[in-house]
Amino acid sequence: MAWLDRTARTIFLWDFVMGFAVAMKYFFRPKATLNYPFERSALSPRFRGEHALRRYASGEERCIACKLCEAVCPAQAITIEAEPREDGSRRTTRYDIDMVKCIYCGLCQEACPVDAIVEGPNLDFSVETREELYYDKARLLANGDRWEREIAKNLELDAPYR
Amino acid sequence: MALVEFFSSLGLPYGWAWVLSQGILILVLSVVLLVMLAFLLLFDRKVWAAVQMRRGPNVVGIFGLLQSFADFIKFATKEAVIPAGANKGVYLLAPLLAFVLAMASWAVVPVGPGWVVADINVGILYLFAISSLGVYGIIMGGWASNSKYAFLGALRSAAQMVSYEVSIGFVLITVLLFAGSLNISDIVNSQGPDIRGWNAFGILFPMFVIFFISALAETNRPPFDLPEAESELVAGFMVEYSSTPYLLFMVGEYLNIVLMCAMLSILFFGGWLPPIDIWPLNAVPGVLWLIAKVVFFFFMFAMVKAIVPRYRYDQLMRLGWKVFLPTSLVWVILTAGYLIVFDRLPV
Repeated sequence: MAWLDRTARTIFLWDFVMGFAVAMKYFFRPKATLNYPFERSALSPRFRGEHALRRYASGEERCIACKLCEAVCPAQAITIEAEPREDGSRRTTRYDIDMVKCIYCGLCQEACPVDAIVEGPNLDFSVETREELYYDKARLLANGDRWEREIAKNLELDAPYR
Repeated sequence: MALVEFFSSLGLPYGWAWVLSQGILILVLSVVLLVMLAFLLLFDRKVWAAVQMRRGPNVVGIFGLLQSFADFIKFATKEAVIPAGANKGVYLLAPLLAFVLAMASWAVVPVGPGWVVADINVGILYLFAISSLGVYGIIMGGWASNSKYAFLGALRSAAQMVSYEVSIGFVLITVLLFAGSLNISDIVNSQGPDIRGWNAFGILFPMFVIFFISALAETNRPPFDLPEAESELVAGFMVEYSSTPYLLFMVGEYLNIVLMCAMLSILFFGGWLPPIDIWPLNAVPGVLWLIAKVVFFFFMFAMVKAIVPRYRYDQLMRLGWKVFLPTSLVWVILTAGYLIVFDRLPV
């Protein structure tokens, strides 16, 4: 009987018919994919995207040129030069990140004692030339100004786990 | 024919009027066919995407309607790469041949009552001959590429298309026994007036199934897409092609698929005839019925592509030679016997 059963199923293309039914069931299901540039999935507060240099609320930049990030950077993407400012405080004169070298490990953010260098939630910063990815201090500070709200919120959400 | 009379009345000699009117018919059919093909390509991808719970192309134009046209521009403007080891002449001739043969077979397909470019008396034979020639485009492309993947794909394709043409031939014979004519318009008319006369709903139903599956194999569609099996041969005989030559191969392949859908509708589903011969339905132009049937079969082709896993090569050969060939052969005898016993032979 098993033979008869199998033969009958073969002749009447039973597997195909059932497969068709399953396919039609999935045909009208809600789509599993996102309509990407218009819809985006949620990012973790810990997401490591584009770098930013933050400021205090007073407008004073946070970075104190301790060079811990430069030291810890495994890809050696960070270059810092520093000298005392007129008021005697120690500040960077140069803070470059080579975003081509960067591996987005987040160690600079971990190392920073004043939460100055952070990796923000921005993930689409693709450009057309390599040179545009050599970020300097002005660019990083501008990023910080632009993304400050999101960055502050994310740091606050992530604080309990650090 | 009305066109010929129109041009004759303008004072043209009959020969020129005939050439002019045929030229217009061919142009209209080609343009409509290719534009329809653009949307069918999108339809194919959308169906495939929907089964996998994806969205499919939806960026170019509303619902991605212009996707195929964007693809066309992309293919047409890309650089055509010709491999250094390739036989240049044959390499470029192959896609042309594939495309031209795919277009040529449409000449005898009646898209409506009397709407046919060449209403020849051996239409089916012509179609069969042209679709047999189609394999040459593939063999030439695979051989001239001078690449082992392309060569393997072409060899597989040749064996596969030859095997399945045999059973397709026998299926055609059973239909011709019912119709009593090789003229495709006559075959459609013999299935009138409505769904009760269609060949698929009767003794020929198994032949319809065999023809459908053989059509999948004949057009190298999944689950019989061994000539271009992505996971083993990358793209088979098309692996070295790019730009416009690739476009010609692809359009030719899809034209063949649509042709097979049209053949299924014409041979088994009454071509341009409405399913029920009552007023609102039989007032619809026949061409719309044919398009509806073609789209339905194209949907089935797309669904098969989405749900059936690829056959192994020996399974493919076994199915063709040890299942379809004997079955269709027996069915030719059964059909002939049925027609004799019940005195249903067409006059």
